[in-house]
Amino acid sequence: MKLSELPPGRRARVASIDNATAELEAKLREVGFSEGDEVEMLTHGPFGGRTLAVRLNRSIIALRGPEAASIRVEDVS
Amino acid sequence: MNAFRLALVGAPNSGKSTLFNGLTGGRAKVANYAGVTVERRSGAFATPAGRSVELIDLPGIYGLTARSLDERIAVDVISGREGVDRAPDALLVLIDAADLRTHLHLALQLKALGRPMLLALNMIDLAERDGVVIDIPKLEARLGIPVVATCATRKAGRAALLARLDGLVEAGQAAPTGDGALTIAGLRSVQREARAIAKEAILKEPAMNKVTRAIDRVVLHPVLGPIVLAALLFLMFQAVFAWAKAPMDVIDAGFTGLGAWISTTLPDGLLKGLIVDGVIAGVGSVIVFLPQILILFAFILLLEASGYMARAAFMMDELMLRVGLNGRAFIPLLSSFACAIPGMMSARTIENENDRLTTILVAPLMTCSARLPVYTLIIAAFIPPTTVGLFGLQGLVMFGLYLAGVVSAVVVAFLLKRTLTRGRPQPLLMEMPTYKLPDPKDFVINLWLRGWAFLKRAGKFIFTVSVVLWFLASFPSSASGIRETYAGMLGSWLEPLLKPIGFNLEIAIALVPGFAAREVAVGALGTVYALQSSNDTNGLAHALQSAWSLPTALAFLAWYVFAPQCMATLAVARREMNSWRWTAFMMGYLLAMAYIAAGATYWTARWAGL
Repeated sequence: MKLSELPPGRRARVASIDNATAELEAKLREVGFSEGDEVEMLTHGPFGGRTLAVRLNRSIIALRGPEAASIRVEDVS
Repeated sequence: MNAFRLALVGAPNSGKSTLFNGLTGGRAKVANYAGVTVERRSGAFATPAGRSVELIDLPGIYGLTARSLDERIAVDVISGREGVDRAPDALLVLIDAADLRTHLHLALQLKALGRPMLLALNMIDLAERDGVVIDIPKLEARLGIPVVATCATRKAGRAALLARLDGLVEAGQAAPTGDGALTIAGLRSVQREARAIAKEAILKEPAMNKVTRAIDRVVLHPVLGPIVLAALLFLMFQAVFAWAKAPMDVIDAGFTGLGAWISTTLPDGLLKGLIVDGVIAGVGSVIVFLPQILILFAFILLLEASGYMARAAFMMDELMLRVGLNGRAFIPLLSSFACAIPGMMSARTIENENDRLTTILVAPLMTCSARLPVYTLIIAAFIPPTTVGLFGLQGLVMFGLYLAGVVSAVVVAFLLKRTLTRGRPQPLLMEMPTYKLPDPKDFVINLWLRGWAFLKRAGKFIFTVSVVLWFLASFPSSASGIRETYAGMLGSWLEPLLKPIGFNLEIAIALVPGFAAREVAVGALGTVYALQSSNDTNGLAHALQSAWSLPTALAFLAWYVFAPQCMATLAVARREMNSWRWTAFMMGYLLAMAYIAAGATYWTARWAGL
């Protein structure tokens, strides 16, 4: 599943960062996303909801759907 | 012996600015949103052993690949690239202790640069309150660099850090190796290593801060969130009007009393005229607005320091995206409500050059605090203090003026992004910090700095303008009205241009010095009208009521929503855009909008029979 498809309130684990340009992958990694990290969809933003608030470990990151779509997540085992 | 140069490096929101203030005592702006530190700031302090250190505060970075102007400055300084700054002797790296796992990779990237460094796990107090336990000796051993836990706001929390600095100074300069920019493969492996180290060093890591989660359930909610944002902004504008009333009346009475006392004490003559009509009427009519400006700044400071500002940017992202910008542009625009200058400078955190340019171009449309004196004066004089439903009509008009600025900024940005500054929408990636209670000491000092800056402007600048204007409006002769004076002669050149939009000679006179800074126009009106009515002690608002028609007053308000009347803003815009052409464009479009808006307001009001 893609991070962008994670329903609000659901937790998951980052499986991989793919389908991203090298530049986008670098950005996502620098802000902290990495394989094995715990993520949780907190909420979709207002007015159409393309902007997402995601918990990453103990931090909260704002990003948009298209970028979140390049983060592949799997169920917490 | 030269001071030891220590650069403060860390992610946005890791608390660099607060630590900087704590160590140096040199105060600077401290806030919570991404990338507030846009200027190079340095300060001095001494280690326990007495070695003097120059501390350099750098903009926040997530890694060593610089994208925005801000990050480029930070990375250039860290890697000692020529032309920016002399390379630092060592790095002081700050990481949020509450989430080591997410942030540790930055420390590893910096370590690879080969400069001596000290890692500070900051905000350890908040992390410990959450229940996070970190094995610091283990972390130190695995990283191979000294690690210390700090709490930037407290002296005790900084003691351990200071104690370790002498060791860092002793270690001296190591040979740096390269600029540290990593390939994507390199970044992946650094991250893997960082996660492995974090896993060993974190002994206990409970779920994230419960208070923040609870607040965010409301604040980030798709329906409740925008309501909270709108309510906060509305409260801010009502407060500016309602809470400031009492202290403003006191200040006003003080200046009126002072003027009356001097009037009776001094003999009639030039000196008395200069002091009473020039200095007291001019400077006094501006200082009266200090309470309003402090309330506005207090709100913005609290929004920043509490961590809400990044949430506001999140809320606005979707709307900004439709305009063609990204949510991050909301932060510079919101700070522009206080003053467009820091707003334009904080636009440096925007990665895309066209987006940054657009943000700067529309920043002056956000109603800055210098326009408050103008709005307040006119509203108090011409809008009746009745209530409409729950709200005062005066507050509503004020809100409407702010709204007019915001709406036109949206329209202008929309048009620009489709014509002159076209470009693809940029991705948003922004950390939203844990909520914090603002540090009272930090808050008071920041507020004091802003209030003091305003008073200094009133003191120096407005004083000078008031005196010069008093001279121009008193000579060669003011016996037969202002038209015979130098100021009147200057004003009458502008008068034909301004007459079609309802402005009279006095406004034309006040607009000229008003170009230096917006609030000066109020001081100038104060001086011009004080000279005309020698026995009117009811203040400027009263004088305006009898001299202006309602359509003129409304046109004057409309003019000020748009007019680019601030030399400092234009100068900073030129510096930030590095282009005279764009600056001329900005001034031109703003003037044109001001003229059209004032004219349209005037004729509509006339037509409506107001």
